[in-house]
Amino acid sequence: MTVNPLLSVQNLTIDYIGAETDFRAADDVSFDIAPGEVFGLAGESGCGKSTIAYAINRLHKPPALIRRGRILFEGQDVLDLDDRALREFRWHKVAMVFQSAMNSLNPVLRVEAQFHDLLKRHRGYSKAQSRERAAEMLRLVDIPPERMRDYPHQFSGGMRQRIVIAICMALDPKLVVMDEPTTALDVVVQREILQRIDELRRSRGFSVLFITHDLGLMVQFCDRIGIMLRGNLVEQGTSDQIYHRPQHDYTKQLWASFPSLHGHPARLERASG
Amino acid sequence: MIQEPIIALEQVSKSFGHGSKAVRAAHDISFALHPGRTLALVGESGSGKTTCARLVMREYRPDSGRILFRGKDLNAIGAAGLKEYRRAVQMIFQDPFASLNPAHTVDFILRRPLALGRPHLKGRAVDETIADLLRRVELNPGAVVRKHPHELSGGQRQRINIARTLAMGAQVIVADEPTSMLDVSVRLEVLNLLNEMKRDLGVALLYITHDLATARYVAEDILVMYAGQIVEWGDVHQVLTNPQHAYTRLLLSAVPDPEIRFDDPGARLDPRAVDAIRREARLLQDRVVEIGPNHFTRQAA
Repeated sequence: MTVNPLLSVQNLTIDYIGAETDFRAADDVSFDIAPGEVFGLAGESGCGKSTIAYAINRLHKPPALIRRGRILFEGQDVLDLDDRALREFRWHKVAMVFQSAMNSLNPVLRVEAQFHDLLKRHRGYSKAQSRERAAEMLRLVDIPPERMRDYPHQFSGGMRQRIVIAICMALDPKLVVMDEPTTALDVVVQREILQRIDELRRSRGFSVLFITHDLGLMVQFCDRIGIMLRGNLVEQGTSDQIYHRPQHDYTKQLWASFPSLHGHPARLERASG
Repeated sequence: MIQEPIIALEQVSKSFGHGSKAVRAAHDISFALHPGRTLALVGESGSGKTTCARLVMREYRPDSGRILFRGKDLNAIGAAGLKEYRRAVQMIFQDPFASLNPAHTVDFILRRPLALGRPHLKGRAVDETIADLLRRVELNPGAVVRKHPHELSGGQRQRINIARTLAMGAQVIVADEPTSMLDVSVRLEVLNLLNEMKRDLGVALLYITHDLATARYVAEDILVMYAGQIVEWGDVHQVLTNPQHAYTRLLLSAVPDPEIRFDDPGARLDPRAVDAIRREARLLQDRVVEIGPNHFTRQAA
């Protein structure tokens, strides 16, 4: 039985236009994300993984140019949406959490006001309705609802990141794109947040596109993983395949370039790409 | 055979603020740096790692306790002694993009510390030493010496930073998260290079990180900090394979590990248990427990 994918990226090719030559950031990239699935994109900086994440939400701006390909969300090409449809698409269908998301909260607004901003605009909620929804979402990410009266600076970095995730999920998006969402946090907080997202996606059924350079973390969290190298998706497979039976030399080199906590502490050599 | 320590902190404490609002940034910290050895200092952000680095760099003075340089109290070695200390103790920063002057060439960046660190060198000997330093950090002198920092990759810049510490004649290198802003494939090269400095030049390294796996890769000894206190310390393999303090265990259990999936039964960290460990670890840990010949932990009394 095959399930229709929620997101289907097909032959996506993106260039950054330069004065003399173009830089190909994504070259004929294709992958699907099923409903409820966590799909990981791994690779080093400059490999194109963030460019793809931006394009999915149509957040790419010149000099980025989509040369070819389609981004189908529930069968509809995101690249064809007009402004009005795009507004509906963002937040409702796809929400995005960035690495520095904890700094994207408005410092002069209480947390409840930031929920209300979104819920009033997209759902026409009253303040009381927004407060109720905010309380529900904060509980999901283990933040006491009474703290919605506080300002962002009154929370730790990990709590702010969880608040952003709660705001992202307030409209029940079907896909949450997370670009290095926990890289700036320490490992215990990182684990707490991702573990919570893992529980939530199981209970609420949303999909996740998870971007990180940490392959070990990716295997823990993702169902399937794609490995990117210089704009090309060189390998994709289940987490188990990518970890136990990597096929592409670059994937093998990436694994070898991580010192592990448990393996043999021999001298390691870099991945040469 | 472990040599005598070049730097030793003895019961050093440092707080910020006053009265009831004082923050205990580093409390009762003791450790030693030995030539040819690496000490890893691990802990989460805010645990006091960088405060310890700044105490060693003498950017902060301790509120109490002593810092010894080759066995002598820093407060008693005089201006000449302090000058020697400052020359011997060098730092590598986290951000290779912000730690080199963008207006200068690599040649200039290395020439300055050479003039301070090795003033007897003149003329061609300086050029040759710069080329030697660059070769030592595995850069091609001809290719980089005329370049400005923006023309170099993050890994190359971090190598220039290492070369700069060597130009000063560093005997101690304090490296504060030196690889966390580098690409994964380049991180190892920089760690391997630090290992070579230690092995070939007998440099003493204080390696500050929140990444336990890299700590295991470069260090012989490890200190685990939480809330300004050292909660566990000793031989890196002992501490990481037989952790005794609840916080060390928590830290280890949260390290990304492809062997354990989040949905595995038993893999889940219980947020309430995590909070309880944090609360407990914030209390004063003043009872030292010896686990083995080079493995200790502190517990709340």
